Amino acid sequence: MNITEKILARASGKSKVSPGDVVFVNVDKVMIHDVSGPGVIAVFEKLKKKGMKIEKLWNPDKVWVAEDHFVPAADKISAQNIVSLTNFTKQFGIKKHFKYGMGQYGICHTLSHEEAMVLPGEVYVGGDSHTNTTGALGAFAAGLGHTDVAYVLLNGKIWFKVPETLLFKLNGKLPDHIMAKDLILKIIGDIGNDGAAYKTMEFGGTGISEMSVEGRLTLTNMTTEAGAKSGIVEPDQKLRDYLAARGATKYDEVHGDADAQYEKIYEYEGSEIEPTVAKPFSPENISVARDLSSIELDKAYIGSCTGAKLEDLQAAAKILKGRTVKIRTEVLPAAISIFRKAMDEGLLKIFLDAGVVVGPPTCGACCGAHMGVLAKDEICISTTNRNFPGRMGHVESQTYLASPLVAAASAITGKITDPRDLK
Amino acid sequence: MKPFQKIKSIATPLDKVNVDTDQIVPKQFLKLIQRTGFGQFLFYDWRFEREGTPIKNFILNDPKYANSKILLARDNFGCGSSREHAVWALDDYGFKVLVSTSFADIFYNNCFKNGILPIQVSVDVLQKLFSTKSEIEVDLEEQTIKADNISVSFHIEPHWKKILLEGLDDIALTLQHEAEIVKYERSHKI
Repeated sequence: MNITEKILARASGKSKVSPGDVVFVNVDKVMIHDVSGPGVIAVFEKLKKKGMKIEKLWNPDKVWVAEDHFVPAADKISAQNIVSLTNFTKQFGIKKHFKYGMGQYGICHTLSHEEAMVLPGEVYVGGDSHTNTTGALGAFAAGLGHTDVAYVLLNGKIWFKVPETLLFKLNGKLPDHIMAKDLILKIIGDIGNDGAAYKTMEFGGTGISEMSVEGRLTLTNMTTEAGAKSGIVEPDQKLRDYLAARGATKYDEVHGDADAQYEKIYEYEGSEIEPTVAKPFSPENISVARDLSSIELDKAYIGSCTGAKLEDLQAAAKILKGRTVKIRTEVLPAAISIFRKAMDEGLLKIFLDAGVVVGPPTCGACCGAHMGVLAKDEICISTTNRNFPGRMGHVESQTYLASPLVAAASAITGKITDPRDLK
Repeated sequence: MKPFQKIKSIATPLDKVNVDTDQIVPKQFLKLIQRTGFGQFLFYDWRFEREGTPIKNFILNDPKYANSKILLARDNFGCGSSREHAVWALDDYGFKVLVSTSFADIFYNNCFKNGILPIQVSVDVLQKLFSTKSEIEVDLEEQTIKADNISVSFHIEPHWKKILLEGLDDIALTLQHEAEIVKYERSHKI
């Protein structure tokens, strides 16, 4: 069995599972945020109206809550939703609620690794489609709808059909001007928006061993854009060190067997990956950055669970240091812990000196909800994960998805720019 | 949840690929916490001008499709955010059957929780459905789609069929039936 099959087998008390089997698995962790939380509350209300008594959750210690989509509160309704969410966590005794303005908080998928909320070998579900991100910690991580999350909150279990696994092997290290983002855009371009529908995307090979945990998180984050059920990377010493630095040392790792089966194996040579950009209006619509050098931009956005981890900010700072941006540029670290490290390392000064505005962690602009949305016909280069029509604002705005290196280089020139071409 | 009945209706042909859940229910409506009444926000940014005037050439605003219960769309319908509001809006608007060549996973699962039948068909079948002038009849019991120019069967996982036909979408009911679902699924392996 491969790692995904072994995790699902263990969580369902079976010695062996195969793709296509339906298994009821015990869930180790579940996450809700300020969109899915109120959605779950609505489902609970409907059940109560039908006469079901809901007095306690299956295990409040395994539930955690993020405030990320509409913080800082975008308007009166979102402010009220945060109050509802807070009442919910109090009512059911959920202790891990990362509150805006009270120390560590941030985007849910970033907290999952920054706070080691999920550990290798676990089954983790969340009320958000990018829950896949956390699979880079060697866990089975998948997003669910509100009704399913409500079910898990009450029962601690959920059924899954064991997915087929596609293995993506990266041979050799990525060059310095290339980031994990370029690789995953290339992969999505190759297999398409639904190329991994209901499948697991596993990443392995020497290039992945060489890659940082944060880079791996970029890969698994965007498996959602290929329709994947989950994304995963096998645990190794790099992951153990990463988790130990965040206080987590006790967990039960799972590794694939030597004869693990995959539906298909894709091979990529690290040295052949180019700075890659996804054009509007789909992540599969890729091009090499150099072919888009005539595209004039209005904005550069460096934020989100995909593109505002510490390494993403370091990469952007490397480009922005000593230069000045030509277009409106925003950097929003994905969590307060990352914000603090960026401050300690002097990155924030580099950003401010370059003319960039630095903002608080939020999903706001990435999903076009608030905190810097796009006007009609505006064009943005962004380190985020989606560029469907209107994703970052007006339905006739445009988003190009890119790595932090490409986004920062483009911020300097005002046009889509390969970082190697920056003078 | 009401048991799923045979549906006969004119189909609304939405000729778009990669319709993501943010098109189905734009983000500005996610803040609303009630579970009902989302139909008015369905495809909002495609359906209405800023002032709320209907955009004439958008298919849902064509009076011909006013009572349509079947929505046809191209590849990868329901991709993007996992927001269940998308399904709530389709259901509230009146769509009970969705037909596409592929659906995004979380969206697909959310459909069954809310009594909506998503049907995956081949490109050829979808094309025929797009070009039919007649009503389309969807029979879940028989797993068939019929129109004047086509009659085909479709695939659906046995447990999803059971849940829809018996109206078992409720969490409480699903709980009671957990053991049965597993048993049923095991005996109906495809």
